[in-house]
Amino acid sequence: MKLTRSLPMATLAAAIASASQAQAQTEITVATVNNNDMVIMQSLTDQFEQANPDIKLDWVVLEENVLRQRLTTDIATEGGQFDVMTIGTYEVPIWAERGWLAAFDNLPEGYDEEDLLKSVRNGLSHDCTLHALPFYGESSMLYYRTDLFDEHGIDMPEQPSWEEVRDWAAEIHDPDNETFGICLRGKPGWGENMAFVSTLVNTFGGRWFDEDWNPELDSPEWQEAISFYVDLLGNYGPPGASSNGFNENQALFSSGKCAMWVDATSAAGRIFNPDESSVADQLGFSQAPVAETPKGSHWLWSWALAIPASSEKQEAARTFVEWATSKEYIELVGETEGWTSVPPGTRTSTYEDERYIEAAPFADFVLEAMQGADPTDSTLKPSPYIGVQFVGIPEFQAIGTQVGQTIASALTGDASVEQALQSAQQATERTMKRAGYLD
Amino acid sequence: MNKTRASGRTVGGLRTLSLQAPAVTLLLVWMLVPLGMTLWFSLQRYNLLMPGMTGFAGLENYEYLFTDPALWSAMGTTLLLVGWVLVITVVGGTLLAVLFQQDFAGRGIARVLAISPFFVMPTVSALVWKNMMMHPSNGVLSWVAETFGLPAVDWFSSLPLTSIIIIVAWQWLPFALLILLTAMQSLDDDQVEAARMDGAGPVAIFFFITLPHLKRAISVVIMIEMIFLLTIFAEIFVTTSGGPGLATTNLAYLIYIQALLNFDVGMASAGGVVAIILANIVAIFLVRMVARNLED
Repeated sequence: MKLTRSLPMATLAAAIASASQAQAQTEITVATVNNNDMVIMQSLTDQFEQANPDIKLDWVVLEENVLRQRLTTDIATEGGQFDVMTIGTYEVPIWAERGWLAAFDNLPEGYDEEDLLKSVRNGLSHDCTLHALPFYGESSMLYYRTDLFDEHGIDMPEQPSWEEVRDWAAEIHDPDNETFGICLRGKPGWGENMAFVSTLVNTFGGRWFDEDWNPELDSPEWQEAISFYVDLLGNYGPPGASSNGFNENQALFSSGKCAMWVDATSAAGRIFNPDESSVADQLGFSQAPVAETPKGSHWLWSWALAIPASSEKQEAARTFVEWATSKEYIELVGETEGWTSVPPGTRTSTYEDERYIEAAPFADFVLEAMQGADPTDSTLKPSPYIGVQFVGIPEFQAIGTQVGQTIASALTGDASVEQALQSAQQATERTMKRAGYLD
Repeated sequence: MNKTRASGRTVGGLRTLSLQAPAVTLLLVWMLVPLGMTLWFSLQRYNLLMPGMTGFAGLENYEYLFTDPALWSAMGTTLLLVGWVLVITVVGGTLLAVLFQQDFAGRGIARVLAISPFFVMPTVSALVWKNMMMHPSNGVLSWVAETFGLPAVDWFSSLPLTSIIIIVAWQWLPFALLILLTAMQSLDDDQVEAARMDGAGPVAIFFFITLPHLKRAISVVIMIEMIFLLTIFAEIFVTTSGGPGLATTNLAYLIYIQALLNFDVGMASAGGVVAIILANIVAIFLVRMVARNLED
């Protein structure tokens, strides 16, 4: 009898004790992507918690598409599950405009806001105020295997044209020996194949919308760009290209199966690391290829940390976000994980650091590409939207996904390029009408 | 129905109704609230990304849904998928049931092995098929094709719907087998023996004794499978994401696209309502068919 009575009392006491302990400590929930740099951030949890004993981190690490769904539904319905969200240059201005994000004004002196790359800073600002702090930034560039290029006696210029790239791909393509001319994204999705396809269309002189928001997907520029893409990747790409996204291509390239690969600059650190890549010592790079115009030929993206306006733990969340995007954090990763693992593309000081430049020979290229991409002026003819590889309007997720699917069907030969673009144009018109842009 | 309890009071008529009322009410609430909300949302302008654009939309969502070529293609895909999987599982299941009914060494193990695919989670089996079976360079199927000197098939881009049908049929064939095998076991051996004595061959026995005997079990298989196959999602999500183009987008996947990729709750609800109506039409026919079979 005594025992049964004292047992609940003991649990109660324990519960009270743990509750009071939790009160002293603020637990913040951080939602992030399972990309390499974020995994490193998660592994440094202890370092942060030691420096800030009153804050505890709770991680939710998800795959990009799933994360985007969870975050969007959470913030739009004011679910309040997360205190720190990992979002990109696409979401930040749109969400900030809706008042969903806390502004980062009055950053502490030591944070050195001016040190952040200007293109990234602009991409993450709304009304000239940062609404998220950049964790890493990327543009796109061309990777190639120097051994294969030497073997065929090809000299890589600093910025090749797409036509040259196609000729080289045709020359090197050797599917019997599992060497494919070029690897490009084919997996449908606005953040997968359309990111790449948009830059290709840009450099062929096309654009998503004219000044009055009329979609231009059936324009000659799109026809030319998509035909080129289907021809290039279909003939000289790996089998199953229509299901290869960034990660699949990175695996193919680092196992030596692609002669060329045009994709994110953020992959450079990994494919240059001999532990993870068999082509680390024969890796060459150049600026992303151009066709008609250099404008918008390479993209600009940044993964950034933001705090939802609905979070009740903004103070603690801010402390964490400022820590994870600070110079000290970059220093910390450089010291513990090696300098090639440093989150790239956010701060000028990273590119002035001798240790980084020495470890990462691609640093200049990345910096140049990042500075060269201008989201406010990415198309040959003027366009009403902001963004290089995306259109900065809420409807774009739907449009990009849909068009991505039709482009993939053109790639697999299910539909001709003309049919695919026609149905993409119709679908986009419908969506824009429904959203009230067109009559 | 009226029984006399030990207490002497009758249970039946009004009294049963009052006893059933809580359970029935709960069930109705359970069913009607979500259904009502879906209907309500389908009449609203409700997109998560556009908080400003709200309000009553009337039938606008339905109008856009029915003029969307994706809807008709998704309906066609759904019917093709359900139809082919049913044909494969019922025909294959019947043949396998006859086979596994025979006496042979290791029958028990063989039966367990044949039934096991049904216990693999849909996402897992989709991944296994995607990466280990149908992958154009690492897959077993491409290896088989190459040993015979044939070109490797890039399954998910050249034969997307066929690939999905194969995966789903692989999963549901054991279910049909399980039900039909159980039915086979209740087949009267004497009857078969008698038929054989009268000079009937194995084919005749199959068509005139086994198949009529299995009729009820087959209609049950069809009904249950139909209910689950209309909502196939995981296999498509994992392997083709509904593509390329709209080649493998079924109704369930179309609703998913609207709700979670486009964040258009109104449109997704309208799609949901259409799916409910479609499922009910199918169900009415099915229930009638099964009921007629069971009455025989």
